[in-house]
Formats: sequence, structure tokens, C-alpha cells
Amino acid sequence: MERIPILKMGRFLLVTIQVDMHDQLALALQDDLTSQIARTGARGVLIDISSLEIVDSFIGRVLANIASMSRILDAETVVVGMQPAVAITLVELGLSLPGVRTALNVERGMELLHASLRAAELEEYDGGGEEDDAFGGHDGLS
Amino acid sequence: MAQTAGSTVAEILGADPQALLDSWLQAQLSAPTARTDLITESELRQQSGEFLNLLRNAARGGSLDVQAPEWSQVRELLARVSRGRALQGFSPSETATFVLSLKQPLFARLRSGLAGDPERLMDAVWSATTLLDGLALYTTELFQQSREDVIYRQQQELLELSTPVVKLWEGVVAVPLIGTLDSARTQVVMENLLQRIVETGASMAIIDITGVPTVDTLVAQHLIKTVAAARLMGAECIISGIRPQIAQTIVHLGVELHGASTKATLADAIAMALRVTGWKVVRAEKR
Repeated sequence: MERIPILKMGRFLLVTIQVDMHDQLALALQDDLTSQIARTGARGVLIDISSLEIVDSFIGRVLANIASMSRILDAETVVVGMQPAVAITLVELGLSLPGVRTALNVERGMELLHASLRAAELEEYDGGGEEDDAFGGHDGLS
Repeated sequence: MAQTAGSTVAEILGADPQALLDSWLQAQLSAPTARTDLITESELRQQSGEFLNLLRNAARGGSLDVQAPEWSQVRELLARVSRGRALQGFSPSETATFVLSLKQPLFARLRSGLAGDPERLMDAVWSATTLLDGLALYTTELFQQSREDVIYRQQQELLELSTPVVKLWEGVVAVPLIGTLDSARTQVVMENLLQRIVETGASMAIIDITGVPTVDTLVAQHLIKTVAAARLMGAECIISGIRPQIAQTIVHLGVELHGASTKATLADAIAMALRVTGWKVVRAEKR
């Protein structure tokens, strides 16, 4: 069966979706990704959907689910490179993916992951002290 | 029956066309709806003469159905006339009167021509009325259509003019919204904004609503949609230019602009956008 590759980059997992998503594929990705996070102890997941041109409500929900699942497994999810048409479609479908962080491209997404990982680590070592990171101040999104 | 009444009408139209044209012109010019300020008498005479000629030719075919193919030339002329009048500023009734005013001279001729035969007279009057009413309705329809075309074109122009997306700084774009937001405009704004976000790689988008006169639940919903779509692309949105009355309305309506930061003025929004993107503005020297 066709599967979407999951690459490990340091403490993050990188998923680039290069094919049209169908329901089976999305569910397989969800399975693979959660088990990979658990196995590798990854702290962040970056999903690149810049080649994805068509979404439906199911794919949108799976994306939101993946984000929630990773957060439970203590990994931050960033969805990057969404096409304008896809964004409009998701909003019109009423799926604004409230729990998912987003970035314009892979580079920005990686910065975001690094920043939030740094913040989380500092918080852990400082015993939960307030952290002044670049994104923390305006992070009504995460 | 209609056939013979039709041919009677054609016959009456064909006899002494010059006199008919004169009496028709007189009826048109003396009518209260005459617009001698918008159209000259010679122009009117030319239009009327051409119309009578075509009408005569078409009626000679025997059919009085204005949608029939032999009436196509009459329809074309009427289309030209009503389109011209719509642009010149005639009202719909003034335009329809062009055709309807032919009734009086035509009926007078029918009456004198068929004085001895009331039954044929009634039939002929009936078919002439149906014919002219049909043509007048057709004129009005076209009139309305040309007005709608004008409105549509203006709407399109407005749509194109009113949704610029400007790049304010490296990584910051802004959309100054002016006028009422409806679904169609929101769609255009959203598409333009998202496209520019991709092109410029902006991470902050400012939506300035200083020029939006009122914010109701629908407009608010459109704003929320735009913000949500921009967020999905990875850009944060600031809504600026919220006037005190609008802030009150938003709260009274129970609308929540979640996901977006809000600022009172565009200046505040720019300051915030620069801060978030890591820029610092300092004055070069103290004054």
C-alpha cells in the first residue's frame, strides 16, 4: 500500500505530502505518525502540504486530529505551505484548524518549532518560569 | 382571423406613410413625456421613420408575433433605440412611450378606414394593440437590461478598484478596506490577500477597516473568515481602524473576533507588526 514517508530531522519529524490525499492515505499517515512520535520521542512535527491542491472536510479533520494527537504525545505540530485555495476551502468548510500552528514555508515552520522547543525546555529547567520567546507574546493561535 | 386582422393592420400602415409619420411625430412631441432636451426633433424623426418602415415590412409578412424571425429587424432597431435612451437618461416609461404613442394615430386611421365595419375594426384594433404592447414591453425589457449592464460594469470596476493589498514592510502586508463588505467582495479580498501573502512571504497581515461604515454580524463573519484563512497560510492578522462606535456594535452583537489582534488605528497595527517581525523603529536624533 502507498504510504507517505516520515523523515526524522534531529528532534523533529518531517512529513511532506507530495501526492493527492485520499482517505485511506490520510488515516495511514495518522497511524504511522503517532507511532513514529512515540517510538522516536520527537518533540515536533512539521507537515508540508504545499503540493496539496485539493482538500475535503475529512482531510481537514484528519489534519486537526493529527495535531491533537501529537500534542498529547508532547510534540508540537506545524502545518506549512498551505495553498490559498486550500485555506479558503477549509475556512468555508468551517474547519479553521484551531489547534494547529501554521507557517508559510518549511523554513519558517522549522524556526517556529525550534523556538517553541527552546521555550518548553527553558520552562522545564527553570521550573515553569515565565518565558519571553519571540512567539509567546502573540500566541493566541496555538 | 388574426391573419386577416394582421393584414388589415399592414394595409393601414402601408397607406400614406408620410402622413402617419407626421401625426405620430406630433403625438410624440406633444406627449407630456417628450424629452426634447435629450433628443432633437430630426433625430426623433429619423428614428420614427426607420421604425415605421421596418414595422411595415414586418407586418406585411402577415404574422404579428414580435418574436417571429421576420420581426428581427424591428427588434434590432428597438434594441438600439432603448439602449441609446437608457444611456441618455430617459426613464423607462419615456422609452416605452416611443412605441405606445403610435397607438393614437394608428387607431385613428383604422377608425376612418374601417368605419363601416365595426367587427373588422375591433379585430384590427385588438391585433394592433397586442402588437404595439408587445413591442413596448420588449423595449422596456431591453431598457432595463442595459441599465443592469451599466450597474454590473460599475460593480466590477468597484470590485477591482477597492481591494488593493499593499506591502508595508518586509513581511508585512496591509489591506485598507473601504465601503461595505459583502460576500463577493470578501471573496476577492481574501483571494488577493492570500495571494500576496504567498508572493511576499509576509508573516503579518493588517486588515484596516477605517473605511468600513458599519460592521454587522455578516461583515464580522467575513472578517473572521479572512483572518482564519490567513492564519492557515501561516500569517498572523491584525484588524485595525476600529472606531469606538464599531467597537460598541461588535460587543452588543456578541461577535467575537477570535484569532485576530485588534488595534484602534493603523499606526498601532504597524507598530505591533514591526515588533512581532523583529523590527525596531528609533528616532535618529532628538528634536
